[in-house]
Amino acid sequence: MASKTVNVLKKNAMLIVLVLVYIFFTIMTGGSMFQAMNFNALITQNAYVFILATGMLMCMLTGGNIDLSCGSFVCFLGAVGGVLMTVKQFGAGVSIGIMLLIGVIYGCVLGFLIAYVNIPPWIATLAGYLAFRGLGTAILSANSTTGSISLSNEETYLALFSGKLFSTPVGQLNLICLIVGIVASVLLVVLVFSTRARKLKKGYEADSLMAVILKSVLGVAAIMLFAYKLALSGGIPTVLVWVVAIVLLYSFITSKTTTGRYFYTIGDNAEATRLSGIDTRKIMFLAYLNMAVLTAVTTFIVSARFQAANSTAGTYFEMDAIAACVVGGVSAYGGSGKITGMVVGATLIGVINLGMSLMGVNADWQKIVKGLVLLGAVVFDILAAKKSTTK
Amino acid sequence: MGKVILEMKNITKTFPGVKALDNVNFQVEEGEIHALVGENGAGKSTLMNVLSGIYPHGTYEGDIIYNGEVCQFQKIKDSEKKGIVIIHQELALVPQMTIGENMFLGNERGTKNAINWNETYGEADKYLKMVGLSESSRVLVKDIGTGKQQLVEIAKALAKNAKLLILDEPTSSLNETDSRALLDLMLSFKKQGMTMIIITHKLNEVVYVADKITVVRDGSTVETLDCHENEVSEERIIKGMVGREITDRFPKRSGVEIGEVNMEVKDWTVFHPIYAERKVVDNVNFNVRKGEVVGIYGLMGAGRTELAMSIFGKSYGSTITGTMQLNGQTVNLKSPREAIDAKLAYVTEDRKGNGLVLGKSIRVNTSLANMKGVSQRGVIDTDQEYNVAVEYKNKLKTKTPTVEQSVGNLSGGNQQKVLLAKWMFTNPDILILDEPTRGIDVGAKYEIYCIINDLVAEGKSVVMISSELPEVIGMSDRIYIMNEGKFVGEMKASEATQENIMACIIQSTGGGDAA
Repeated sequence: MASKTVNVLKKNAMLIVLVLVYIFFTIMTGGSMFQAMNFNALITQNAYVFILATGMLMCMLTGGNIDLSCGSFVCFLGAVGGVLMTVKQFGAGVSIGIMLLIGVIYGCVLGFLIAYVNIPPWIATLAGYLAFRGLGTAILSANSTTGSISLSNEETYLALFSGKLFSTPVGQLNLICLIVGIVASVLLVVLVFSTRARKLKKGYEADSLMAVILKSVLGVAAIMLFAYKLALSGGIPTVLVWVVAIVLLYSFITSKTTTGRYFYTIGDNAEATRLSGIDTRKIMFLAYLNMAVLTAVTTFIVSARFQAANSTAGTYFEMDAIAACVVGGVSAYGGSGKITGMVVGATLIGVINLGMSLMGVNADWQKIVKGLVLLGAVVFDILAAKKSTTK
Repeated sequence: MGKVILEMKNITKTFPGVKALDNVNFQVEEGEIHALVGENGAGKSTLMNVLSGIYPHGTYEGDIIYNGEVCQFQKIKDSEKKGIVIIHQELALVPQMTIGENMFLGNERGTKNAINWNETYGEADKYLKMVGLSESSRVLVKDIGTGKQQLVEIAKALAKNAKLLILDEPTSSLNETDSRALLDLMLSFKKQGMTMIIITHKLNEVVYVADKITVVRDGSTVETLDCHENEVSEERIIKGMVGREITDRFPKRSGVEIGEVNMEVKDWTVFHPIYAERKVVDNVNFNVRKGEVVGIYGLMGAGRTELAMSIFGKSYGSTITGTMQLNGQTVNLKSPREAIDAKLAYVTEDRKGNGLVLGKSIRVNTSLANMKGVSQRGVIDTDQEYNVAVEYKNKLKTKTPTVEQSVGNLSGGNQQKVLLAKWMFTNPDILILDEPTRGIDVGAKYEIYCIINDLVAEGKSVVMISSELPEVIGMSDRIYIMNEGKFVGEMKASEATQENIMACIIQSTGGGDAA
């Protein structure tokens, strides 16, 4: 029983660290970390990490491959969007379509180079990292005097990718937000219990009743806390819908579909996967095509949040995405890693960012702390893996 | 009677949950070749790891007495200082470095701060001569064959002043000729007074070189046989290893009717993927009948694997010419997928390298080549997948507590069963099994042979590629002999003997170009 508890703790180590870090910052900031506005900020400020890290996870699964170009591509595509909407007045719908198309084209080119020409991913994307930053800046300076194009008049665009759903004044309890929270809680409980019942019926190993109840209680508590805080902060941030939809979709893809399965087996043994009749090149191609599409989505929410396209947009995004994956337990060598782990990793980094900003820690020190957290997470992972294999 | 150079007394080594070695006693006399045999997982390697300090003193119980003194090795360097050198099964050479650099890796010649390259290469050449290698020590390791690489490993051990040499499966990746050369080298070392311990699965080698044989079973030493007192036969050793008499190493097939030809390969020529002018497979013709086990015998490097992979959806080779017919229909299979769809399966010789996804579970590996069989519209039915894995686990008697176990944690024999399960689940008509029993123990081999018999009894055809003559002769209905990319003979198994198969090979080698 004791070893079982240890196992559960080990499995959820990052989640526990996340809670502890949150409590730490709440104390250090005199409670302001726990305020409704900061729950909201946690989501809106970090939405880009969740979406990019999802794409990065798929790339990393195929064998520790990364995309260094996504941050610069956000800058470039944002600039294109600015020109389309503000300068050319094409309107949100057309512009979004064109931006997505550009994302797909870039993804196809990148995927082709990596999967079919066998260019190492980090080199192919390093080229994009350099070129797109330059291209983005050039487009912006050619089309504006300030080096930045405002999007503040694009109401449809902003409504789609920023702002709040069913918004109410801050401080007032938003009922819809609470109802969504309750519905999500009920779904969670039903899901957890039905999974267990199904496993028991088939005679598989399942969690004990206690564990399932504990899981439900903690899950519901977390959801309701979030819903309550968001209800007080004026409603559900639109980007939360995007993030949740993407996270759920990719959880399904990675755990339930054959295509998702191949991402894992390629990362573990590409040759065995190929000889099992799977088109490994196509999977590599898909990984980078997918990454580019998610980068385009990231561009939407980032430029909508700042209501502008500017040349510093997307700086270090690629590093944040990689860090979220690594802290979330995604193997740097490929073959293992879960969306849920990545979500915890991304949230942890977000919490540290926000907490330090609230504490007034200067930017240099923030980077130092983030670097150490990243290193610590990897060391922890490797030590834990060592322990479990020597057993 | 030589003097006892090494004595391991009451060695017990436990890993959490398992007793890997249980009160083992083991004695080696000076100047002898002592063979350590036993099934996989019996504890041979663990015992040698204890001896060489890989498991440091304190992590096991018992004493190691070497040259009359009790030794407490903390690391490999400690045992090497005393002259105990272990050569591991997997070659530990850096391909991109020269032979000389490899030989003195970690043991560099020169001063503390600078390597003396003249001394390095000079000494390296000296040791190479001792092992009978004519290559210069400045040649890159990747440019010499596996057989020679194994000799470099031995030269490397000699350079460490080895007095007691431990060879763990030294011939597992060598062909017959190279193996024989290596064993003869061991015999010549023995004449010079070197003591050696050899771990091997190949019992004919044991009989050939060993002075004494110690049998390990389930973590204990069962017996030590002295080859000079009585003649020790392979059957006698097997009896010790498995604890019972195996009367027939190859299970009989009865009542399997051999039907019509279902695969016919004609004028098949394959060129090397990099050196495009080199023919790896040269104008090969063969056919396979329903319910038949066709053996392809050839030494390593004869082009057997290349032939099989080129047939299996062109997974090997650049230019491939020739025709292939399945059930009378000419087919052109351009990818592994097409080959699988044409009901062909290729079970690789390299199960760790390109057969199994080691980090994933038995369940995931079993379904990998036929995901359609466990999914609807691309969505996996995990329950069905689990059931399939369990079904094959039971059918093939794979030893594992659960199919959720990582394949990497299984023994070689069980890994081979998972690999077979994966391909059986694709429901093939023809299975090409490439060295299906390499590196697995006697008991598991027998089970694999039974599986092969079951497959042909179901009307499937099996092409078995092997470099073990007794296996080819014992299991096949018909045998093709391959040498230097060509098929140089075909005979019925009933007419085949080790002598006439080897004669085929020697004739064709002599008759060919400068060999």
